[in-house]
Amino acid sequence: MNILSTKDVTKRYAAHTALNRVSIEVPEQSIFGLLGPNGAGKTSLIRIINMITAPDEGEVFLNGERLRSSHQEIVGYLPEERGLYKKMQVGEQAVYLAQLKGVSKKEAVKRLKEWFDRFEIGGWWNRKVEELSKGMQQKIQFVVTVIHEPRLLIFDEPFSGFDPINTNIIKEEILRLRQEGATIIFSTHNMESVEELCDNITLINKSNNILSGKVRDIRGAYKSNTWEISLHGLKEDLSTLISKDYSIKEQKQDHDLLRAVIKLNGHNNPNPLIQSLMPHAEIHSLHEIMPTMNDIFISCVNNDTALRMDAPKNL
Amino acid sequence: MKKTWIIIKREYLSRVKKKSFIVLTILGPLLLAALMIVPYFIAQSTEGVKVIDVVDETGIFYENLGSNKNIQFRYLDVDIATASNQYDEDISYALLYIPKPTYSMPVYGELLYKNKQPGMTVTTYIQERMRYILENKILHDQFNIDKKDLDAAKTNVELVQKDIKTGEKSAPVLTSIVGYVGGLLIYMFIFLFGNMVMRGVLEEKTNRIVEVIVSSVKPFQLMMGKIIGIAMVGLTQFLLWIILTFTIISIFQVTVTGKDMLKQGKQTEFVMDKNVVIPDNTAVQSPTDNSELAGVLSSMQGYDFVAILLLFLFFFLFGYLMYAALFAAIGSAVDAEQDTQQFMAPITIPLLFAFVMGVYIINDPQGPLAFWLSIIPLTSPVVMMIRLPFGVPPLELYLSMFLLILGFISTTWLAGKIYRTGILMYGKKVNYRELWKWLKY
Repeated sequence: MNILSTKDVTKRYAAHTALNRVSIEVPEQSIFGLLGPNGAGKTSLIRIINMITAPDEGEVFLNGERLRSSHQEIVGYLPEERGLYKKMQVGEQAVYLAQLKGVSKKEAVKRLKEWFDRFEIGGWWNRKVEELSKGMQQKIQFVVTVIHEPRLLIFDEPFSGFDPINTNIIKEEILRLRQEGATIIFSTHNMESVEELCDNITLINKSNNILSGKVRDIRGAYKSNTWEISLHGLKEDLSTLISKDYSIKEQKQDHDLLRAVIKLNGHNNPNPLIQSLMPHAEIHSLHEIMPTMNDIFISCVNNDTALRMDAPKNL
Repeated sequence: MKKTWIIIKREYLSRVKKKSFIVLTILGPLLLAALMIVPYFIAQSTEGVKVIDVVDETGIFYENLGSNKNIQFRYLDVDIATASNQYDEDISYALLYIPKPTYSMPVYGELLYKNKQPGMTVTTYIQERMRYILENKILHDQFNIDKKDLDAAKTNVELVQKDIKTGEKSAPVLTSIVGYVGGLLIYMFIFLFGNMVMRGVLEEKTNRIVEVIVSSVKPFQLMMGKIIGIAMVGLTQFLLWIILTFTIISIFQVTVTGKDMLKQGKQTEFVMDKNVVIPDNTAVQSPTDNSELAGVLSSMQGYDFVAILLLFLFFFLFGYLMYAALFAAIGSAVDAEQDTQQFMAPITIPLLFAFVMGVYIINDPQGPLAFWLSIIPLTSPVVMMIRLPFGVPPLELYLSMFLLILGFISTTWLAGKIYRTGILMYGKKVNYRELWKWLKY
C-alpha cells in the first residue's frame, strides 16, 4: 500500500511553474529518495505534502485519504533551512513544538527525555538554543522532527551541514525508524546515501518527474555489462587473451595486481571471461560495475534538458 | 483552536518572563506616582521659613508684601549697599531690592541672592504681591478708589462645569490632561506592542523556524496566536501599572502625609496647580486648596472613572488588534528590520496625525474634527480617548466602537493573506505592488 501518492500535482508561481503534473507513489515503510537539481521543484512538492502551501491542480493522498489538516500530525518535517527560537530553552522549545504536533505535554516531556538520553544530550535541557553549537542544534532539530512518532517523515537535505559522525547517526536513525514502521522521504544531493538507503526514488527536473522506480531496477536498467577484474601474475597482454567482443575500458597496474575494467558485449555472464583468464593468472577479485546514482542522475538530467531544449525548435 | 491557545501561551510567557518586562512594569508606576508626589514635595519646603530681606526705596511696599507661613519679609532700614554687605545667606533666602523709580524706569524689583537661586514659588509670589500692591495704589491715587472698596469690587468669577443631569462638577483643565494622557498612552502602547508583533514575526522568518511551525499549524493560527499573546502581555502590563500606582500612592498617603491626597478635603498647603504647567494659563493665585485635582479625581472615583477605564481597555485592545495585524503583515513581507521602514508610513501617519490633532480636539471636543477622527477606525483609538473625559454622546461612542471592531476584522483578514505568502518568501524585494499580488493568491 502506498502511504503517499500524488496525482498530477501542479504548482505555479507568478513567473514560472514549479511543478508540472507530478505524480509519485511512496510505498509504506520504504525509504524514498526525492532527487533533482536545485530549483527543480523538490521543496515545492515537499511543502505541498506538508500542507504549507496548496497545489493549483492535482491531488495528494495520505494513507489513502485526501490530504487534510489532521494529517499534519502524522507527518514529520525537517526543512532544508533549519532553525529554532534562539533565545528559548531547548527543553521548553522541544515540548512546545511537540505540542503543536498534537502530543500532550506530559507525553512530550517523557519522550524527549528518552531521545535526549539516547543522543546523549540530556544536559542541555535548560540551555538556550543559541548557546549550543551547530551540530548540537541539528540534533535537537532532528529530535523535534520525530518526537510525535509520525508515520511519514520528510527530510529535506538531511545530511547537509552534518559532520561525518552526525551524518552516520542520522543514517542509522533513518533505518531504525523504518524498522519501527515509519516511511521516510528524503531529498538529497548526496548520491551515495541514496544508494545506501533508498528503496525507491523519483527524479525531478525542471518541474517534471523524469524518472521513478526502485533503485535496484533503475540501476539494473542503466547498467552496461561492465565488470572489474583484478589479476595477479599476468605476463601476457590482456587484450590477446579475451574474446574480441569484449572491450577493455581501462587497465592499470596496482602494485602487484592488474586491475582491468572490461565491458562484455551481448550478454552479462562473466564465466567465459574467467575461463579465458584462469590459465594465465590468479584471479583475485571480480565484480560487476553498477552505474552510480550519480551517473544516472547526471545522464538523465542532461538528456531531459537536451530534449526540452530541442522541442521548441520544431516550430 | 487548541493549537492557537498553545501558541498564545508561549508568546505570552516568553515575553512576560523577560527582564525588560519586569523593569518596565516597575518603572511605569514609579514614574506615574512620582508625577503626583513630587509636586507635593516641592510645595512642602523642608527648609522651613524663607526670610526675604527687603530694601524698598519707594516706600510703597513697606509692611505690605504679606508674610505668611513660608515666606517672611524683613523690612530693612538701611541702604542697598549696606544691606548687600550685611547679607547673610544662612539667615536670608534672598534680598528684594526695589529701587526708586525714575521717569524712564518704572517700579521694578531685583531679587538678589547668593549661590542659591530662588525658586519659582517665591518669585511668583513676590511678583504677584508687588503687582497687586502697585495696581491698587495706582487705582487709589489716580482714581481715588479706596483699597477696601477695590477689594470688595474685585470679584473672582468662578466658572463651574456641571453635568446637566447629575449636577456633577468637573474641572476642564485637568480633564484635558487626563484625556491627553489617555490618548498618549494608547498611542504609545499601540506602537510598543505592535512593534513586538512585527519583530516576533521577523525573528521567526529569519531563523527559519516558521517553516517547521507552519507544518504543524495553519499560518493564520500562528499569526493570531502571536497577536493575542502579545495583547495579553500589554493588558497584564497595564493592569500591573494601575495596581502598583495606586498601591504606591496609598502607601505614600498613609505613611508620609497622613492625609488623603485624593479626597476633597480641608485646605492643605498643596500648591500643585500652581507649579504644574497648565495649557491654558490659569491665573496664578496665592496658595489655595487643591480642589481642582480633587474634584476631577473624586468625580472620577465614582462611576465615571470605572467607565473610562473600561473604555480605555476597549480602545486599547481593539486599536492594538487592528494595528497589530498590519504590523504582522509588514514583518512577514520583509527579510530584515531595515526593510520595514518603507511600509511603516500607513501605520505611523494616522496615529501621529491623531495625536497631533489632539490639541485642537481638546479645545473643541464636540466639533466636526473631533467627531470624524473619533469615528474613523485608524484614528479613533487615540482621539476617542482624548474626547472621553469631556463626555461623548452614547450613539457616537457605540458607532466608534462598532467601526473599530469592523476595522480590526478587515485588517486581520488582509494581514492573514499577506502573512501566509510572506513568511515563506525570501530574497525578494517587496513593494506595494507585490503585496497587492499576494492578496490575490
